[in-house]
Amino acid sequence: MSKRYEICLSGSGGQGLILAGIILAEAAGVHDGKHVAQSQSYGPEARGGASKAEVVISDEEIDYPMATRLDLLLAMNQKSSDSFYFDLKPEGTLVVDSTFVTQTPTTKAICIPFTEIARKELGREMVANIIALGALVTLTKVVSLKSLEAAVLARVPKGTEELNRKALQLGSKAAKAILKKSPPGAMRGHGPNHEDTPYE
Amino acid sequence: MTIKGKKKPRLLQGNEAVVEGALAAGCSFFAGYPITPASEISEILAYRLPQVGGTFIQMEDEIASLGAVIGASLAGAKSMTATSGPGFSLMQENLGFACVAEVPCVIVNVMRGGPSTGLPTNPSQGDVMQARWGTHGDHPIIVLAPSSVHDSFEITVQAFNFSERYRTPVILLSDEVVAHTRETVTLPEPDEIEVWDRIRPSMPPEWYIPYEDTSRGVPPMGIFGDGYRYHVTGLIHDVRGFPTARADEIEPFMQRIHRKISQHFHDIQIVKHYMTNDAEIVVIAYGSVARSARRAVLDAREKGIKAGLLQLVTLYPFPRREVVGTIRNSRVVLVPEMNMGQISREVKRVNEGMTRVATLNRIDGGMITPQQIYEWIIKE
Repeated sequence: MSKRYEICLSGSGGQGLILAGIILAEAAGVHDGKHVAQSQSYGPEARGGASKAEVVISDEEIDYPMATRLDLLLAMNQKSSDSFYFDLKPEGTLVVDSTFVTQTPTTKAICIPFTEIARKELGREMVANIIALGALVTLTKVVSLKSLEAAVLARVPKGTEELNRKALQLGSKAAKAILKKSPPGAMRGHGPNHEDTPYE
Repeated sequence: MTIKGKKKPRLLQGNEAVVEGALAAGCSFFAGYPITPASEISEILAYRLPQVGGTFIQMEDEIASLGAVIGASLAGAKSMTATSGPGFSLMQENLGFACVAEVPCVIVNVMRGGPSTGLPTNPSQGDVMQARWGTHGDHPIIVLAPSSVHDSFEITVQAFNFSERYRTPVILLSDEVVAHTRETVTLPEPDEIEVWDRIRPSMPPEWYIPYEDTSRGVPPMGIFGDGYRYHVTGLIHDVRGFPTARADEIEPFMQRIHRKISQHFHDIQIVKHYMTNDAEIVVIAYGSVARSARRAVLDAREKGIKAGLLQLVTLYPFPRREVVGTIRNSRVVLVPEMNMGQISREVKRVNEGMTRVATLNRIDGGMITPQQIYEWIIKE
């Protein structure tokens, strides 16, 4: 992993993206011992509206805490897929929730129906974010699955541990199926082209 | 940001770090009214304070919040409130009272976009002048600005220390980015933290003159209920605390409340230097923008450009000496801010034609990025 790795988890308010960001940051920062900064942006609404959480993971101290050029983008709805895709590095990875994202900006996007999986397999749409985390980490190995599981279990409400563990496994399973179809190398390089800047 | 100590690092938000800092400094009273992006401070203190024997009150509004904080402080508790722009405006009247009655207290203002309800969830630095001059009358004030989660902890402790040491309200001017960004931090052990308490009177109660001048300009503070009875008023008062209209009492009082801050500038004015020694281009920044500026300065240095950053932690009293010393030999000074130029006015004021002062302002609710500052430096 390069010294600065930037992740954006985006969608609409209520999909649990900020919680997912916190969990990912905790897995990397507290369990894996990396430097992390997790920031967020959301509207004044309680539900709905655009919502995103950013996680910057680095081997060095982080000065600017927000993402500038994304290595990994998760889009949980069409709007965020359309608008944040252009922040992705050319070699970055785009993962979309194909339940809501019907038109991907690139043919190389990784499409997994997180919400549909949550609804069908677990009967609870709210764990779509945890399924997505399981898939993201399996795809990119940005943190270890063990750290992720520990971070998830530390943050979720008591009594939902089993549900969340299952959600992680489902996400991981979906990602492995994708990896089987196309090796990791083939999935890289589908971000838009950028002019060179010092912010690689 | 800094990872040290033997304790396990924790993932904390700026607001959570403010709470930890307040508790480490001995805060035992909080009264406030929730407002984005400062609500987490109230929320967490609501369950943390009772655990340490402290008191949390959610008040009916911000006016009453600062009133309660002042009362609690007079009764001996280290007290705090937290709010954002609109709520901070409501506190201004009582803030003046705390200045004149010399009541130690800490007011956290997590800046969001304004004016008015403005942009509740977006960052801004629009309240700098409100923090300095929001309350009425000629008054000194201390304003501190953290830029990271670790800062939020340290500077909150510092804010309490200053308020206790100088018997003055201290404003902790955070912003939405600092408040909501989560970072891993390892908080220091309680024995690693320097905590100051207000100086209490040691003479017999009948000898106590509550507003008597001292060499430090800060009179010892009796607390309600410990036998040192005195009168507290918002009116300009004599050394015994009673209202006065005598010019020979008003003048020394006003001089003293200013002097107690001005003769301790060396202690109060905190700045951080990053590569300013030989800098031709000096960036002066504070709060979350200082972090963008630091990245931009480092990138410019990689390109061989002699850039440096002066980060202001103390905004007021404005660290004139440090600023002048740093910009004196520079070619140009840039002041990036998430407002139309509030600290840049101060920089221009102390500059007195020594160098060129440029501004970089962003007021669209977004954060100033390292690119914006870097591109400006490159063009220079």
